[in-house]
Amino acid sequence: MTFIKPKFRHPDLPKNKLGYTISYYEGALSTLCAGCGHDSISAAIIQSAFEMNIEPHKLAKLSGIGCSSKTPTYFLGNSHGFNSVHGRMPSVATGANMANKELIYLGVSGDGDTASIGMGQFVHVIRRNLKMIYIVMNNGCYGLTKGQDSATADNGSISKAGIVNQFQAIDLCGLAIELGATFVAQSFSGDKKQLIPLIKAAMAHNGFAFINVISPCVTFNNNKGSTKSYDFVRDHLEATGTFDFVPEMEEITTNYESGEKHAIKLHDGSLLAFNKLDSDWDPLDRFSAMKAVHHAREKNEIITGLLYLNQGAMDLHELVNTCDRPLNTLKKEDLCPGNGALASINAGLR
Amino acid sequence: MSEKLKINDFVVRFANVNGTGSASANLLFCKAIFRMGVPVTPKNIFPSNIQGLPTWYEVRVSEKGYLGRRDGIDIMVAVNAQSMEADIKSVSPGGYLLYDSSKKLPEHYHRDDIHFIPIPLMEICNATYTDARLRLLFKNIIYVGALAELMQFDFSVFESLLADQFKGKEKLIAPNINALKLGADYVKSNFKEDFNLKVERRDLLGDAIMTDGNSACGLGAIYGGATFAAWYPITPSTSVVEAFMEYADEFREDKETGKRKVAIIQAEDELAAIGMVIGANWNGSRAFTATSGPGLSLMNEFLGLAYFAEIPLVLIDVQRTGPSTGMPTRTQQSDILEAAYASHGDTRHVLLFPSTPKECFDLTAAAFDLSEQLQTPVILMTDLDLGMNDHISAPFTWDDDRDYQRGKVLNYDDLEEIQRFGRYLDVDDDGITYRTIPGTHPTKGSFFTRGTSRDEYAAYTENSPAYQRNMDRLVKKWITARDYVPASHLYQQENVSEFGMLFFGTSQYSAEEAMDILQENNHQVNGIRIKSFPFDSIAITFLEQHKYIFVIEQNRDAQMKSLLMIELGISAERLISILNYDGLPITASNIVNQITHSLERVEKYTTV
Repeated sequence: MTFIKPKFRHPDLPKNKLGYTISYYEGALSTLCAGCGHDSISAAIIQSAFEMNIEPHKLAKLSGIGCSSKTPTYFLGNSHGFNSVHGRMPSVATGANMANKELIYLGVSGDGDTASIGMGQFVHVIRRNLKMIYIVMNNGCYGLTKGQDSATADNGSISKAGIVNQFQAIDLCGLAIELGATFVAQSFSGDKKQLIPLIKAAMAHNGFAFINVISPCVTFNNNKGSTKSYDFVRDHLEATGTFDFVPEMEEITTNYESGEKHAIKLHDGSLLAFNKLDSDWDPLDRFSAMKAVHHAREKNEIITGLLYLNQGAMDLHELVNTCDRPLNTLKKEDLCPGNGALASINAGLR
Repeated sequence: MSEKLKINDFVVRFANVNGTGSASANLLFCKAIFRMGVPVTPKNIFPSNIQGLPTWYEVRVSEKGYLGRRDGIDIMVAVNAQSMEADIKSVSPGGYLLYDSSKKLPEHYHRDDIHFIPIPLMEICNATYTDARLRLLFKNIIYVGALAELMQFDFSVFESLLADQFKGKEKLIAPNINALKLGADYVKSNFKEDFNLKVERRDLLGDAIMTDGNSACGLGAIYGGATFAAWYPITPSTSVVEAFMEYADEFREDKETGKRKVAIIQAEDELAAIGMVIGANWNGSRAFTATSGPGLSLMNEFLGLAYFAEIPLVLIDVQRTGPSTGMPTRTQQSDILEAAYASHGDTRHVLLFPSTPKECFDLTAAAFDLSEQLQTPVILMTDLDLGMNDHISAPFTWDDDRDYQRGKVLNYDDLEEIQRFGRYLDVDDDGITYRTIPGTHPTKGSFFTRGTSRDEYAAYTENSPAYQRNMDRLVKKWITARDYVPASHLYQQENVSEFGMLFFGTSQYSAEEAMDILQENNHQVNGIRIKSFPFDSIAITFLEQHKYIFVIEQNRDAQMKSLLMIELGISAERLISILNYDGLPITASNIVNQITHSLERVEKYTTV
């Protein structure tokens, strides 16, 4: 690292319930391009973990390869991290999660890492309803190899080199809902007000929580004609509602400007309060969520907010019925049947 | 024709149609001989297919205890019309053909130099059973009864075998006994010629068991403390995880709550399987996967990550005949170089070579210790022959005082003591550094695991000296590994020849037999069986002590020879390859012929 981050922090910085200031949740200085949307998402993750009073060592952050997958270095510096191989973060997260059901697993991926090379693993981790937060920092291009289109680049979007993308885009949220993901949200890196409550709700969710965050690439995909540029995204955002995450036991004080007020009680007792802007859409109804995604696509809009939530499904640990103690704490005494048991096994093989 | 009596020394081959229930009948025959205390070895030569194709089951009976495959068929049980003509041709002169005579054999199938034993199996079945399924199944049992009568089996052995096999389903015993008797009675009343293949009761097996290597690996993983397995089905490794599942049902499930001290995930492919295993091991669980050739190819990238990021994992590679899809149901030892150097960049992986089911059990359990001690993948190199065929083996044993060796893992208290934790800091100067498991300590010990270069404190770096220091430390760790891996087995206390023979894995059976034959022929050759890569000091010394070493292996390209040359710098001229790569287990006669030929050539040149 060529930069040294100043260690000094204002002594009066507010502390969370664990006694940590927000600086305890920061990571190394980002080496991404100035203005990269990913850095805003990192900041939202830091803010969410701070506000959720997460013990940093009880969270594991995992990623694949790419600009987005570099970001775990830039947040939660006191958490264990695993930067794995391209497109394979979901499998590493699955194994890690199986080994210890008590940690929070935060996976970060990109549109290349998820929608191309990692599509197989993305699809299957959804099927298994692995309890994790899966954030895609989606900029529609390959940043580290200098700007090639990714599989989420919209048909007709123009690259920095002036080439029009001829291929259909993969809509990750639509796909996730189709596959039965139990928490599906979409947001914009520039909308911290919406993104933070979504990340917090994802952390409280008992299952696979997917957040697709449109995160413009300032260097390779911020040109006129690109549908993932800051300007285009801002002009085409269509929020399903305004959101507020309310931790358990806290009074709901948020004021809503207009529309219908709703609150969904999450697994851990906290609430996700939201103000519905579109009366046709119900986040607890999968068909309605799918319809909303399709409508937005037809109208060239980027629908944001919590799109779908299903709290009734069992997570992978429940599905395979693991014991209450984390598997990685089991000792020889718990696991090894001993020489005595071999007598009958041997006898059965004679 | 009158033939020399062969007591407890012959080969039977069964020619069946797969999917007709022949496998369990043939196993019954084999198990009966085992129960009579006589060494026996079955080889299932089966197609990559579920129903309708030819399949063979070969049983070698050997009083001397030779458990390798042997060429030459003393009796063929031919019940598959598809392969009948070729099956008849394959019988050794003077041998027997037991066949279903319900249909007349074409004239041109006849041979004058073998004995024909016609039994109208289908007619007997049709006359006895009305149910089509029973007719099919009992046809197999009837020929087992006929064989048992011909070979003068102690019939009571079937009664106890079937009683054990159908425990809880006792009503199935009598019909099976009846079917056996149908075959035996037919032979008694219709076959009056001499029959020269006999099985006589012995007590040569002691407390031996008969099982397959894959089941033993599954059990070894239970004993070794695996709490997680991820896998993708592929022949011939599938039954490793299936066995693990069965034993997990028995030993890892709370019978009241149904809660399990294990998680087993069938992955979407081999890439995901090994990724999951890496994640679980990284997070402190003992985890493994099992695969075969194509799966190993797919796992390469992740194996490189685990090597470089120093994450333990156990991989059981049940080798089959490659390359590509090859012959998926035939055996080979042809993944050696692939496994030893899996992945791009400079990588080297620890390999273990079991030879018997007992060793599959022992070395699977040991692999978990080794991989955690060395913080690197350990690949168990078994093969289809060992994995899927039943073998006579020493019984499984476990030392209850033995603890799991978890290697250098820092706990909360250790971290409290440490000023600054360096994940890749070589504190002990053995190349093995200390690791932490996520969640151990709130403020100390967390680090970033990555496949990119890093410094001693796990911080990303592109600094050349830091990168090179790390690569050199991994070499140091590799050298340390030599003292951890299981030692080679020497067959003699003192060397008696300047010729040595080196072998590993399932070549053991035929290699040991070949050593005896060579000795009978006055060819002295010293033997060593290696069990691991890196090569241990016993192997290195053996190689230094011999002028020429026959390297016996079951692949085309002499992969173990290459490995010995690359790793130990031994010249190609000193390593004489004895190869077998037809997909069937290597035979002693093949080894003897190749070695004798080489010895004669060497002698010719040295005496001129």
